[in-house]
Amino acid sequence: MLITCPYCGPRDLAEFSYQGDANRPRPDQHDTDQARWNAYVYDRANPAGPHREYWQHAGGCRKHLLIVRSTLTHAIESVAFAGAPGATPQAPRRAAKGRTKTGPAKGKKP
Amino acid sequence: MVEPVSPLGAAWKPGAYPNTAGETGLVLSETRPGSIVQVAAWPGREKTLIAAIKSVTGLALADGAGAGRVDGAKAAFGIAPGTFVVVDQKEGLAATLGAAIGVDTGTVTDLSHGRTALRLAGPKAEWVLAKFFALDFSQTAFPPGAGRATSHHDIFAQIQRSGAEQFDLYVFRSFARAFWTALCHASEEAGYRVG
Repeated sequence: MLITCPYCGPRDLAEFSYQGDANRPRPDQHDTDQARWNAYVYDRANPAGPHREYWQHAGGCRKHLLIVRSTLTHAIESVAFAGAPGATPQAPRRAAKGRTKTGPAKGKKP
Repeated sequence: MVEPVSPLGAAWKPGAYPNTAGETGLVLSETRPGSIVQVAAWPGREKTLIAAIKSVTGLALADGAGAGRVDGAKAAFGIAPGTFVVVDQKEGLAATLGAAIGVDTGTVTDLSHGRTALRLAGPKAEWVLAKFFALDFSQTAFPPGAGRATSHHDIFAQIQRSGAEQFDLYVFRSFARAFWTALCHASEEAGYRVG
C-alpha cells in the first residue's frame, strides 16, 4: 500500500504509523459531562467504507496527516496535513442502523 | 582543536573489495562535516528562513519539497515542510545560523554530534541504495542537490544527491556502525572500495 504524502510524494506504508480515528471532536476541557467524555474515549463509528483517520509520516517528514481511507478496499481518497484548513476532527457519520453501533442504546438492556 | 572521532570505529576498514568479476562499482566513504544543522521555520516564515540560509551559506534553495543545493564544502536540502538540513565541512555553522535566524523566524538545532555522514559514489550507487530504500533514485525523480527523508527499518536516513552518481546519507550516529556494515554487505555484489 502506498500513501502519497503531501510533501514527500508516494511512500511505502512501512514509513507511516497510524494515529487513530479522526472523527472524534474533543470535548471542551472544562466539560464535566461524563457521557460526552465516555463517548470521546470509547465510541467509534467503525464504518465499512470511507474513514477519516490520522497517520504520521514517522519514517519521512514526520508530519501528521489526515487521511480518508476505505476500510473495505484500503483505497485512499485524500491525504492532507493535519491542522490544515478543513482537516479538523468531525463528528462521526451516521452509519446504517444496526450495522455499526458499538454499544447498547441508552435505557435499553444489552 | 579537539580531533573528532569517527563513530564507525573498527567497522571502518579502508581498502578495495571487488566483486567476483573483479569490478568495483562504488566507493563508500565518510565525509565527516564539522557542522550538521537542522533549521525549521514557523508556519508562514519559510521564505525568511530560506533567505537566512542563503545569507549564511550562499546556497539559494528553491521553495519546493525536497529542494536542495550543493556547493563544494556546503550543502542544504529540505526534509519536511519548512525544515532543512544544512551542512558545512567547517565547524561553527549552528552559531552563525542561530545569529541569522531570529526567534520569530524559526529554530536552529545543532546535530553535528548526533549524525554521521556517509557517501556513496559510483555507477552502482543508485543500485545499492535501491536495496535499502523504497525510493526512485533515478536522476529525473531525484535530481542532483535534492534531498529525501526516509528510513531503513527503524534507522532514519536523510539523503541528498550530491552529484550525478553520488549520494550523501545522514544517519543517527548511534546507528552508524550497524548501518555502515549493512551498506558494505549490500555493496559486495557490485564491488566497492572504502576510503
